[in-house]
Amino acid sequence: MVKEVERAGIPVVHVCTVTPISMTVGANRIVPAIAIPYPLGNPAKTMEEEKQIRRKILNRALEALTTEVSEQTIFEMK
Amino acid sequence: MSKLKVIHYINQFYAGIGGEEKADHKPEFREGVVGPGVALTAAFAGVAEITHTIVCGDSYFNENIESVKKELLDFVKKNKPDIFIAGPAFNAGRYGVACGTIADAVKTELSIPVVTGMYRENPGADMFKNSVYIIETNNSAADMKNAAPKMARLALKLANKEEIGASIEDGYLPNGIRVNFFDKERGSKRAVDMMVAKLSGKSFTTEYPMPDFEKVPPNKAIKDMSKVKVALVTSGGVVPKGNPDHIESSSASRYGEYDITGVMDLTEATYETAHGGYDPVYCNQDSDRVLPVDVLREFEKEGKIGKLHNKFYTTTGNGTSTKSSKAFAKEFAQKLLADGVQAVILTST
Repeated sequence: MVKEVERAGIPVVHVCTVTPISMTVGANRIVPAIAIPYPLGNPAKTMEEEKQIRRKILNRALEALTTEVSEQTIFEMK
Repeated sequence: MSKLKVIHYINQFYAGIGGEEKADHKPEFREGVVGPGVALTAAFAGVAEITHTIVCGDSYFNENIESVKKELLDFVKKNKPDIFIAGPAFNAGRYGVACGTIADAVKTELSIPVVTGMYRENPGADMFKNSVYIIETNNSAADMKNAAPKMARLALKLANKEEIGASIEDGYLPNGIRVNFFDKERGSKRAVDMMVAKLSGKSFTTEYPMPDFEKVPPNKAIKDMSKVKVALVTSGGVVPKGNPDHIESSSASRYGEYDITGVMDLTEATYETAHGGYDPVYCNQDSDRVLPVDVLREFEKEGKIGKLHNKFYTTTGNGTSTKSSKAFAKEFAQKLLADGVQAVILTST
């Protein structure tokens, strides 16, 4: 799906936990997530802390969308 | 002659521990045969025996690749098997990646012959088909009866250092290595036969398949996110509570388009996941963990993004064929364009 969105001309960032799969599939902008059943959360934390985690990942996703890439790139969390 | 020693790797499901709710199961080492090892043992016909079975949850493996790899390698090294077998994983993505990863590590670091098995669309297949022998299986566990004998036969050949035939002969996924052999028919006859079959609408097998390494070049970066309409897409199966369009829990035949006008937060009462390939508990409690509507609404308010598109697109990426996913996205990408969406955040579980 990532590739078809990209092919249509829309920049896309793939937020996922198993980044090697995303590389194989062919996503160009990849942001690593937390875990398979909760990529953008962490049930062990409070709701407020979870939201901070989610903000951090999505801020990184926005950075990925505003960064020029010439090849498949994983935007590791800072 | 003593029997060849085999160590077998399987996931939590095939060990009978449980499904997705047990996918975080830590590595466990058992003596003897477990689950699919029975079919392999039958195929070994007394020449080899499974001395140990390693069981590990698919999520646990993929989330802790380096530490699990080390733990498993230490165990295999200590027990010195003649053969290492992983799976078969059929079309289970994380299981396939786990099988490929550990088989590759055992082969490279311990120089022990390895065989695994999976469906050709399993992401693990593309990642590891050039480094380890992967017996090509069908996409469901119903193929165990065909897969196990092929895996056992190839494993024995490797252990006995017999010559390995071409992929079509020994049943593994083509690994980029060409094996010369004399065909029964000469080339000119085979070419004419193929052309006649094609012209008369019959099936034929090409001798030179085109590689499937399609890449889509990246689009230009966005200059200013604060002026852009962003859409959310997910393969994590997030749907309105009750799954109104009955999106299948696996091998989805459709995707959903849902309006989130005015929705600030996905709650337990309003949204859930239809995905049958991961533990749904966390997503059902709070679907923002998979489809982050709440934070993007805040970004919208803070002016970090121009607007969050009022529709999101969703399907379950669980065993769904590449062909279907491609068709879904091709269709909704046009809708996104028509609605003036300029960037997409796509989340996967």
